Amino acid sequence: MKGNEALAEAAIQAGCRHFFGYPITPQTEVAAYMAKRMPKIGGTYLQAESEVAAINMVLGAASAGVRALTSSSSPGISLKTEGISYIAGSDLPCVIINVQRGGPGLGGIQPSQADYWQATRAPGHGDLHVLVFAPSTVQEMVDLVMDAFDMADLYRMPAMILADGALGQMMEPVEIKERPKRDLPEKTWAANGHENKRPHNIVNSLYLTPGDLEALVKERFERYDRIKSKEQRSESYMADDAEFIVVAYGASSRVCKSAVKAARAEGIKVGLIRPITLWPFPTDAIQEAAKTTKHFLTVEMSMGQMVDDVRLAVNGAAPVSFFGHTGGIIPSPAEVLGEIKKLAGGAK
Amino acid sequence: MPFSFPKLIIVCGHYGTGKTNLSLNLAHRLRSEGKSVTLVDLDVVNPYFRSSDYTKELESLGIHVLAPGGAGTTLDIPALPASIFSVFDTDADHVIFDTGGDDAGVTALGRFSGRIKEAGDYAMLYVINQYRVLTTTAQEAASLLPEIEAASRLKATGLVNNSHMSRQTTAADVLASVPFADEVSRLTGLPVLFTTAPPAAAGSLAGRIGNILEAQIYVKFPWENS
Repeated sequence: MKGNEALAEAAIQAGCRHFFGYPITPQTEVAAYMAKRMPKIGGTYLQAESEVAAINMVLGAASAGVRALTSSSSPGISLKTEGISYIAGSDLPCVIINVQRGGPGLGGIQPSQADYWQATRAPGHGDLHVLVFAPSTVQEMVDLVMDAFDMADLYRMPAMILADGALGQMMEPVEIKERPKRDLPEKTWAANGHENKRPHNIVNSLYLTPGDLEALVKERFERYDRIKSKEQRSESYMADDAEFIVVAYGASSRVCKSAVKAARAEGIKVGLIRPITLWPFPTDAIQEAAKTTKHFLTVEMSMGQMVDDVRLAVNGAAPVSFFGHTGGIIPSPAEVLGEIKKLAGGAK
Repeated sequence: MPFSFPKLIIVCGHYGTGKTNLSLNLAHRLRSEGKSVTLVDLDVVNPYFRSSDYTKELESLGIHVLAPGGAGTTLDIPALPASIFSVFDTDADHVIFDTGGDDAGVTALGRFSGRIKEAGDYAMLYVINQYRVLTTTAQEAASLLPEIEAASRLKATGLVNNSHMSRQTTAADVLASVPFADEVSRLTGLPVLFTTAPPAAAGSLAGRIGNILEAQIYVKFPWENS
């Protein structure tokens, strides 16, 4: 399947029957696939009049307790940030897909990872986080969309899939496996009709009494702390005895894997740590590696954004370098190998 | 080559069936047989994974590539160069038109339908892939053909069974797709011209499936290049 189609099918398999979207390259196949599939399975596909409308429809659907999804690419995600903040402020679960393209502004239509800061730092105004998952294969797109719906429900917050145009457009075989159903809390808060059997539920993000708002945000941040301690995910590749560690996620991590393999063949002790969750960032894995690593290299399809989180995790224990391309260019394995050699040469 | 081609070869089919990879295979194969080949990239619908991504490599082999204006740059726009008309007047042995997916993808081809018909003999290959989502039944695969023919204003002349699982394709996968291809053939009234198979599987399929075309994977991911 094409990455974008896999994202859509995974959402359907996860029980999502409400999709609200708007076309934009390179994520349009998510919407196109939903348009074909949803009517056949009794679901709702709605092409909204704009990205802003689509995210507010997600807010409405999520309020009623159903699994709701929207997808877009970078400029469209910027439009959605207001709604994302409202959803986070209303403690609602939903999934948002960002198949990133070059920016800022309209930018380009080729793959990019320049929305890392937006996803992990400011996916909307106010004190908030969303869960951020970064797949690197089409199979992982399937698996992480399913996880994202579960985790969003578990923690009552939005979850984002941060993919990029290369992953969205590429084709790989996938297996959609039956998964054991996770034990998730009942949505007793859902505004889905009380039928005179319970007090009515109100979904809201407006709190005019500062003390009330602070208490609510503090409770949310306690939840964020629990997530940070329990839900960090990353993959280590040839990292056990590594003197040098490359940190990369998504499409660029696949380039780095090729480069690490090539460097190993030349006898350089280098490994890869690939963050799978970007928020919570896998700080623990990087901190642990920092005890024995001589030098870190972060590779991104941006001017260097995740490198901030790597530096925070390494906390001065080792130097952290950056290499990347932006604007829609994917670094090549040869370029990354060259950067690894520079580190290895410098350390001798 | 398992099949003798006329000068004009059109490759069409459902989005994501492997049209570009097939076009690249045909171009490489015909060129290696000493033919002069022009590859026309008509995919102005989706700017990812197009045959014009391989222009440099193809041109170095002597395969001429005609692509949408500004392809692969920030000025990539859905505009076709006038130079495409030159293919009807050149004495190239073969011209391969790699079109975009579905009916939307062949709309650009419709622009040339008059010239193609005037040129007389042409092969319009309808590519099918049993392992491609949303076209996994013969009915689904066959149902797109009338839309593609209407949008292109041309009639397909045959089927290419390009059923594959990318790098994981086995001989068994290819073999298992034969009934599917036969059923699409029955539904559309078009012959299965040939079946593609990865080089590792092609040997064991010889004699079990008529007309096998060994197909390399030319469409690469960025991390597969050095």
